[in-house]
Amino acid sequence: MSQLAPGLPHFLVVGAVLFALGTYTVVTRTNAVGILMGVELILNAANVNFVAFDRFNPSPHLSGQVFSLFVIVLAAAEAAVALAIVLAVYLNTKTIDVTEADTLRE
Amino acid sequence: MDLLCHVRDFVLAAAEGAGEAAKHGEGAAREAALGVQAFKRVGYLWLIPFFPMVGAIVNAVVGARLQKRFGKSVVTNLAIGAMAAAFVTAAVAFVDLVGQPEHERLLVNHLWNMFTAGDVQANLTFALDPLSMMMVLIITFIGALIHVYSVGYMAEDPDTWRFFAYLNLFVFSMLLLVMGDNFVLMFFGWEGVGLCSYLLIGFWYKDIDKAKAAVKAFVTNRIGDFGFVLGLFLLFWALGGQWEKRSVIPPHESRWALADPAHLYEARAEAGTTYVADPTLSPQTPPATYAEVEKLATPEGWRPGASIATRDGGKVRVGPTLSFRELRDQIAVESTGVKNRLTGLTFFGMPLLALVGILLFVGATAKSAQIPLYVWLPDAMAGPTPVSALIHAATMVTAGVYMVARLNFLFALSTTAMTVIACTGAATALFAASIGFVQNDIKKVLAYSTVSQLGFMFIGVGVGAYWAGTYHLLTHAFFKACLFLGSGSVILGCHHEQDMRKMGGLKKYMPLTEKTYLYACIAISGFPLANGFFSKDEILWKAFDAGNNLADPALGKVIWLVGWVTALGTAFYMWRSYYLTFTGEYRGGHGAHESGDAHGHHGGLPHESPRSMTWVLAALAVGCFLTIFLGLWGPAGVEPVLERWLEPVLAPSHALVAARGAHEGPLAEWLLMAASVAVAFGGWAAARALYKDAKSTVPATLAAKYPRLHRWVLDKYYVDEAYRKTVLAAIWAGAKACDLFDRVVVDGAVNAAAAVGRFVCDVDGAIDKYLVDGAVNFVADGALGFGRALRRVQTGRLEHYLYAAVAGALAVVLLTFLVQ
Repeated sequence: MSQLAPGLPHFLVVGAVLFALGTYTVVTRTNAVGILMGVELILNAANVNFVAFDRFNPSPHLSGQVFSLFVIVLAAAEAAVALAIVLAVYLNTKTIDVTEADTLRE
Repeated sequence: MDLLCHVRDFVLAAAEGAGEAAKHGEGAAREAALGVQAFKRVGYLWLIPFFPMVGAIVNAVVGARLQKRFGKSVVTNLAIGAMAAAFVTAAVAFVDLVGQPEHERLLVNHLWNMFTAGDVQANLTFALDPLSMMMVLIITFIGALIHVYSVGYMAEDPDTWRFFAYLNLFVFSMLLLVMGDNFVLMFFGWEGVGLCSYLLIGFWYKDIDKAKAAVKAFVTNRIGDFGFVLGLFLLFWALGGQWEKRSVIPPHESRWALADPAHLYEARAEAGTTYVADPTLSPQTPPATYAEVEKLATPEGWRPGASIATRDGGKVRVGPTLSFRELRDQIAVESTGVKNRLTGLTFFGMPLLALVGILLFVGATAKSAQIPLYVWLPDAMAGPTPVSALIHAATMVTAGVYMVARLNFLFALSTTAMTVIACTGAATALFAASIGFVQNDIKKVLAYSTVSQLGFMFIGVGVGAYWAGTYHLLTHAFFKACLFLGSGSVILGCHHEQDMRKMGGLKKYMPLTEKTYLYACIAISGFPLANGFFSKDEILWKAFDAGNNLADPALGKVIWLVGWVTALGTAFYMWRSYYLTFTGEYRGGHGAHESGDAHGHHGGLPHESPRSMTWVLAALAVGCFLTIFLGLWGPAGVEPVLERWLEPVLAPSHALVAARGAHEGPLAEWLLMAASVAVAFGGWAAARALYKDAKSTVPATLAAKYPRLHRWVLDKYYVDEAYRKTVLAAIWAGAKACDLFDRVVVDGAVNAAAAVGRFVCDVDGAIDKYLVDGAVNFVADGALGFGRALRRVQTGRLEHYLYAAVAGALAVVLLTFLVQ
């Protein structure tokens, strides 16, 4: 194993960076679609972690790989539902700015 | 009953055996004089008051509708029919009564027992003896005539039905008063006639003065009723209360002291005259032994409810009673000892019988308008004239005289009570006559004349001449009813003018009214051979002859003198009213009343009244004439019819009164009669000289010469004003004091209680508001505030939640590190 060969920490760092970027995106964006994109980043950060832990597990049994596939499918479904909600919000408020859609507040 | 007879025979035998032991045998002869009042039971007497009662009820309930639908004649015929039926029934009773032996003339109709409470037994029982028979005939006969008269008099009044309902109710009450066999019924009637008097005086109640006169009559009568009831209670107590008390309280400790206990029972100790049987014995009880009877006959063993048998086989139940007959038997049958007992009793140091007599007489002073309670009667003239004639002249106001005559056996026992009655009567007679001299209102003259004549009647019953007083009641009922109805006819003819100064010359316009009025004037002023002459003369003679019936033998002479002067006055004021009204020229003036007057159909001139009225006047005048024969003495030794007729009723007092009389000779009687005739003519001559044809100027001159005296008498001596200043002022002061007490003390107490309550409530309210509500609100406010604070957390902004989530995650991570 060369010194440069990527180890588990590398993947974890990528996952952490992805998670941080995703979180930042969710927090900062007011555009609903942007937020969805941030959520996708977070989900993929989790996927990176799943895959990496499974790969570097001394006795791999592929469960991490399968879980990440689940998450990808789930993300697709989630995106479809979320986009439908965004569309519905748009139809009601003529905007997809989440700060405007606060009628259920209080 | 058999058993009682058995007991009686046994006791008689026992008493004869003990005859030698009797110490007072000499009283036996005197004793046998009066026995128990025998009577006949009949079943129809209730019909007499029943008819007027039905008339009153029907007219009161449906009279207004009947009158509206079928006209007035239905209403009036109903009332007159009721009176006629009552009169016919009374006549039947009269025939029945005449058929009885003289001393058994008492018809009793027992209907039912109204209530029994202890010794008070109130029965609905009607009784007719010669006295009440006379009253019933007067009431139904004159009452019926006045009903007929009222048809014409009240022809234009819209409330005819109400008037006739009241009139019938009055007759019903009056019949109860005179026919009641006991004090309860009498008092019931006594109150009933007072009520009807009130209703009829205030018949035109929209006129405030008339309403006030009605209230005055009612209130004045209440004062008298109070005295009457007190007298009744005292009498009842004297008859029974004492015997009850004796068993527990020794005589010297009781407030009821016997003057001479030993004397009281002497009559019963006479052998063979009396014995005592116990009515509580049941058939199973063996006949009383001699010792037991002896024990019952002692003062200690004697008790109310025991029956004392008299020698003639009668039986008297001694003890408290409300029945006139039983009371009469107890007092009249001397062997009962009740008479001696009553005369011996004192009440707080005063002789009880005098007190009872005076208290009962207080009731009579109000009902029969005597000093000091006469003031209501002149004001009562506010009522319709038929009412004045029926109630305030012929019947109701004589109730007091009737009551005294009815209880003659009681009043005769107390010379004090007799003196009070006679003196009050004399004072009233003179006083009222003097007011009558100057009155200008024709009805007022008649009213004061009535008061004065009632005074005469009380002189009669006061000096023990019960039959004379009653005879004057009878004659007065006729001539005064005639006079009043005549004045009513005059008032109607003159278009509701009552002032005699605006009349005059009515002879020409109202010939029939004038003739009857003239005859009634002759009767009342006591011209020889008129009925008023006989009755008044008999009263004056008996007053002169009163002797020891009054407290002082000389008093009788004084009362005679007062009565004699009053007779002069009577003749004068009655003839004055006659001459002012009927002679000379008509002074009413034309057109004084025609505008808007209900009687304007003849223009301004007076007119004769309808036939229904004048015929009644004629009938009364004829009655006046016929009543002469009731008081006419026959040849020496033959009593007048009425005296003989009333003798059974007056027997209990007869011997007593006669024994106390002065026994003046026949010469004195003839001289007095001559004096009476002289004053009758004197009064007439004076009135004729002064008032005939209104030519003389003397009356006006005299009035001008003594303006203050004239004013004083004209204003009735300011008695009303004096009453207002004294009695009424005192009552007002009392009322004001009560009002002040009410406002300051009672209201103060109430207000204080309210203030305390309010304070407690305030405190309670504060606790509730600040403590209880405060706690509840604090909890609610806390929850609200907390929720409000928490609400901020949920912003609805995703980023905030994420910040929180990230912060939470970081915190967990940091904590994990720190813990490690």
